[in-house]
Amino acid sequence: MATYILRRLLQTIGLLFLLSIILFALVNVAPGGPLSAFGGRRIRPEKIEILKRQFGLDKPLPVQYIYWLAGNDWTQVDSDGDGVQDSPGTRKGILRGDFGFSYRTREPVLEEIGLRLPNTITLMSITMIVALVIAIPIGIFSAIKQYSAFDFFATTFSFAGQAIPEFWLGLLLILIFYAWLKNPVTGEPLLPPGGMYSLEDGFSLSDRISHLVLPVLTGALSWIAWYSRFLRSSLLEILPQNFLRSARARGLSEQRVIYKHALSNALIPIVTLLALDLPYIFTGAVLIETIFAWPGMGRLYYQAAVERDYPLLMAVLIIGAAFIILSNLLADVLYAYLDPRVRYE
Amino acid sequence: MTDYSSIEIPLSQKDQAIDLASNVWKRFRRHRGAIAGAIIFAVLVTATILSFLSPYDPEKSSLKDKFQAPSATHLLGTDALGRDMLTRILYGGRISLSVGGIAVAISLLIGVPIGALAGYYGGRVDAILMRITDAFLSLPSFLVLILLAAILREVDIPLFKRSSVITISFVIGILSWMTFSRLVRAAFLTLREMDYVSASRALGASDSRIMLGHILPNGIGVVIVEATLQLGYAIIQEAGLSFLGFGIQQPTPSWGNLINTAQDHFIKYPWLAIFPGLMIFLTIISVNYIGDGLRDAFDPYKVLETVGEYT
Repeated sequence: MATYILRRLLQTIGLLFLLSIILFALVNVAPGGPLSAFGGRRIRPEKIEILKRQFGLDKPLPVQYIYWLAGNDWTQVDSDGDGVQDSPGTRKGILRGDFGFSYRTREPVLEEIGLRLPNTITLMSITMIVALVIAIPIGIFSAIKQYSAFDFFATTFSFAGQAIPEFWLGLLLILIFYAWLKNPVTGEPLLPPGGMYSLEDGFSLSDRISHLVLPVLTGALSWIAWYSRFLRSSLLEILPQNFLRSARARGLSEQRVIYKHALSNALIPIVTLLALDLPYIFTGAVLIETIFAWPGMGRLYYQAAVERDYPLLMAVLIIGAAFIILSNLLADVLYAYLDPRVRYE
Repeated sequence: MTDYSSIEIPLSQKDQAIDLASNVWKRFRRHRGAIAGAIIFAVLVTATILSFLSPYDPEKSSLKDKFQAPSATHLLGTDALGRDMLTRILYGGRISLSVGGIAVAISLLIGVPIGALAGYYGGRVDAILMRITDAFLSLPSFLVLILLAAILREVDIPLFKRSSVITISFVIGILSWMTFSRLVRAAFLTLREMDYVSASRALGASDSRIMLGHILPNGIGVVIVEATLQLGYAIIQEAGLSFLGFGIQQPTPSWGNLINTAQDHFIKYPWLAIFPGLMIFLTIISVNYIGDGLRDAFDPYKVLETVGEYT
C-alpha cells in the first residue's frame, strides 16, 4: 500500500509539472499578455521596452518559466530596465511559495487568495454537508421503498435538480425570498440577497446564517439530486444480496440490517465520489459567489479574469489542479482502504 | 420421408433477427420518460429552427416598448431595450443548441480516436495517451474555460474572431473529451479480445479496418449515451460562461447572456430571468431523460418489462 501511494505521489508531481507548463504557455501566448494591465494609457514604445526588461518579459519563454518556478533571486536581473543585468531578483518562485504580485492590486497573490479562501471554504463545505444530510435519507428511503410514491417523486426531483442551472436557481431564490416573501414580523425582505454579513457592528450568528441560506440552497440542490440518486442505485444493488438475507435469517432487526450492514457497503462508492468532488470546494464557487456577491475565491477569480490579472489566475489554477490531483489520489486510497476486495490489484 | 422444406415455422418475436438500431428503438419506445423527453426536445429544437418566422427582430431595440409584461402581442414580454423576449429566447436557443452540438462533436472527434488507439494498441501508446487524458482531467475545467474564453477572444485567429459560437464550442469541446476517451478505451480493451477480431486479423484485415469496422460499431452504444448527456452538460457550460460575460457576446442572444442582462432588472420584471432559464431547464431535463432511455435501451443485460412467459 505504501509503495502504491509513493508511486502515485511521484506521478502526481510529474503531472503537476506538466500542467504548470501547459498553463504557463497558455497564459503567455495570449496577446493581452502580462503587460495588458498597463494598457489603456498611451505609453511610449521605449517605456514599454523598459517595462519589459524590468519584468523579465524579454527573456525566452523557458527562462521565464524557470524564473516563475524557482524565482530569480539566485541570478542577476535587470531591475531598472536599461538592458544591463545589475542586481539579484526579488522573486522566490512558486516552489517556495511566491506566486508573484497581482497586477490589479500589487499585493502578493497568496495573500489575496488567503483572504478569500476561508469564506469560500465555509460556504462550500456547509453546502456539501447540508447536501449530504438531505441526500442520504432521501436515497435510503427511495431504495427501501422502491417504486413507491416517495420514490417516484424523489427520482423525478433528482432528474429535475440536475437540469436546473445554478445561476438561474440563485436568481429565482432571490426573487422568492428577497423580493416576494416578506418577514411576517418586520415586514422586511425575508432573506438578504447577497453578501456575507450585514454591515453592522459585531458578529451575529443569526445574521451570518441568514446570509448563508440562499447560497447554500442554490449550491446544494444539484448535489442533493445527484447523490440521492446515486445512493439509491447503489443501495438497490446491495439490498438483494445474500449476506443481508443471512443477516435477517439470523434474527437481526430490519433496522440493523439496513442501516448497519447494507448502508455501510452502499456508502463506499459515495465516499469515493465525495473525495473526487472535494476540489469543487475550491473551484466550483464562481457562479454562486458572483450572484450572491460572496467575498470568496470564485469571485476573486472572476474579477481577475475580467481584468486579465494573470499571476492570480495562474495561482488559482495551479492550486486548483493540485487539489484535484491530490483528491483523486485520496479517492483511490480511500476506496482501497474501505473495500478490501480492490486491494490486491 | 417427411418433406421438411415445406414446413413453415412462424418466427416468434424473440427469434427474429433484428439489427441494433431497430432493437434499440423498440426498447427506447417503452421508456415513457424518454419518449416524453424526446418529444419536448424535438419541439424545442423545431421552435428554435423556426425562429426566423417571428415578426420581431431579436436585436433591434424599440425603447418605447421596454419592460412590457407578457401579453398577447409579446408572449413572453419585452426586455430593457424593448425587444420581444420570445424571439430573443428562440434565437438564443439556436445559438445555445449549436454551441452544445458543436462542442459535443469536437469532444467526440478528439476523445473517441484517443480512446480507440489507447485501448486497441495498449502498452506505451496507452500509457502516453492516458497520461494526457489524466492531465486534462486534472484541470479545474470551469476555471480554465473562463480563462480560455477570455484569451481566445483577443487572439488574432480569423476563425475565432468571426464567430464566438465556434470559439465557445471549441473551448468547451477541448475540455470535455476525456470522458469519451476513457469510455472508448474501456470498450476497446474488452472488445479487442473478441473472437471476431482475431478472425479478422487472421484474414489479413488492417488495424484500422478492425477498429472501425468491427470494434467501434460494437462499442458505440455507450458513446451515444454519453454524447447525449454531454450535450446537456455542454449547454449548461455555455450558459454559465455567457452568464458571466465570457461566452456569447451581446447583442447576439444566448440563454446564458439573456439571464445575465436580466440580472439588473429581474426583481421588478421577473419574466426577463424566468423564461430563458426555463428553456435551459426544459432542454437539459429532456436530454437527460433521452439519455436515460438510451442507456436502458442499449444495455444488453437490462430486462425492460416482464411480459407473459418471459417473466
